[in-house]
Amino acid sequence: MLDVHNLSAAYGQSEVLHNVDFSVAPGEIVAVVGRNGMGKSTLMKSLIGIIPPRSGEVKVDGTDVSTLASHARVARGLAYVPQGRQIFGTMTVRENIETGLVVTGKTLIPHEIFVLFPILKEFEKRRGGNLSGGQQQQLAIARALASDPKILLLDEPTEGIQPSIIKDIARVLRQIRDMTNMCIVVCEQVLSFVLDVADRILVMENGRIVHSAMREGVDEAAIARFLAV
Amino acid sequence: MFMGYSLGEIGSIFAMQAFAGLILFSVFVLMALGLAIIFGQMGVINMAHGEFMILGAYMTFLTSHLFQTYAPQAFAGYFFVAMLVAFVASGAIGLAVEWLLIKRLYKRPLDTLLATWGLSLIMQQAFRSIFGAREVGVQLPDWMMGSLQVTDTIEVQINGLFVMTLTLMITAVVALLLFRSRWGLQVRAVVANRVMADAAGIDTRRIDRLTFGLGCGIAGIAGSAFTMIGSTSPTAGQAYIVDTFLVVVFGGAQSLLGTIASAFTISQSQSTLEFFLTGSMAKVTTLLIVIGLLMLRPQGLFVLKVRK
Repeated sequence: MLDVHNLSAAYGQSEVLHNVDFSVAPGEIVAVVGRNGMGKSTLMKSLIGIIPPRSGEVKVDGTDVSTLASHARVARGLAYVPQGRQIFGTMTVRENIETGLVVTGKTLIPHEIFVLFPILKEFEKRRGGNLSGGQQQQLAIARALASDPKILLLDEPTEGIQPSIIKDIARVLRQIRDMTNMCIVVCEQVLSFVLDVADRILVMENGRIVHSAMREGVDEAAIARFLAV
Repeated sequence: MFMGYSLGEIGSIFAMQAFAGLILFSVFVLMALGLAIIFGQMGVINMAHGEFMILGAYMTFLTSHLFQTYAPQAFAGYFFVAMLVAFVASGAIGLAVEWLLIKRLYKRPLDTLLATWGLSLIMQQAFRSIFGAREVGVQLPDWMMGSLQVTDTIEVQINGLFVMTLTLMITAVVALLLFRSRWGLQVRAVVANRVMADAAGIDTRRIDRLTFGLGCGIAGIAGSAFTMIGSTSPTAGQAYIVDTFLVVVFGGAQSLLGTIASAFTISQSQSTLEFFLTGSMAKVTTLLIVIGLLMLRPQGLFVLKVRK
């Protein structure tokens, strides 16, 4: 479903992502872990097209999207939940979700979104900026789901969110996967969340993927060492 | 400054100057609407906005001539056709300018200031070459002439009332478009966070082009209204662009309500003070009021408060 081949990305002259290779199968949840500054967010941003890649390919269903603008990638089936949520604060909850709907040409928000996030239905007329952090995270995921993606990218969805809601988010992500057979790529630093949600774990160091392990039989201590500061 | 007037006279003066201010207010609002949505969304300061207005005024002038020559029996209704022509002409040129010029400068926002200023000079000279340097006036149909006698000392002009109704209608349509349409949804998302709007699937470049075209089109309609209160000349737009910027900055660039309130404040104080003081002193006083208020509220009059 998602094939990343030899992907490199740079800020100006300094290359921070070096020849990254990985694939994600439909219905698979892959977690990318690593310390701060190792290139996780850069990887996410170059997958969605906020940072143009220096070289390499990002294939969705076999077609390369690496030269397209973000919105065109969304039309091809990628969806992005950014770090810090970045919902549109002055717009209502409903309007926030509708921005994701634009690319599909539909006018009605799919019923399933409100089934996954009942709180958004309840608060649909409130301004996004007035929700709590956890609710904003749900809103950001709902906005991404509204574009009917095949691949969902999440950048540190647990950042600044209380532990009980982190558990909810893990549950919802698995639920989305079970419902739609979507592939999900999530960047994380919180190991418990990663172990809770992922089928496969990739470890990033200095802009490269240095370790890959299936969830079953993963050596938690080894992963934890990569995360230790 | 009130010496030599009776209390009743002062009341009448205030009422009539307030009404004159309302016509100025209409032109400000129409100009500022376009400027505010373009600046709010794209961060482009369109120095040629006044010329887009004058383009609309010339279109109105042309339409009135065509009607006089070819369809004098339909002259009473020419103004509605003229508004449409002005909107389409200014909007179409706006779209072309976005495509040829502005699009290439999004990564250099300050350069758009220079580029649109250059564009304004080009447009002024084009007007001068095509329509001549002399001012032109538009003949109003009979039903728009004259005034209503409200009391013995107060009268209001019919064309002024017409311009105000027009402005209210256009403002309502723009508000509806912004808050109820798909285009408006996308505009507001781009204003809030351009990168994220793109990553949520919104074609931000296409929305930019539409917004620029619409903003310029509204300036064209402002030009139609302008023909009733001033005479059209190639450089007449210059006189309005500074005031309009003032309106936009004072109102807070992202708030429709703020734009309207600030246009009201500025046009009313300008018009009322002009009667009692000289034109320049009125301007100085207005500017001082605006500067004072902006020091207290640098973000503009109306800005929504939400959690970051």
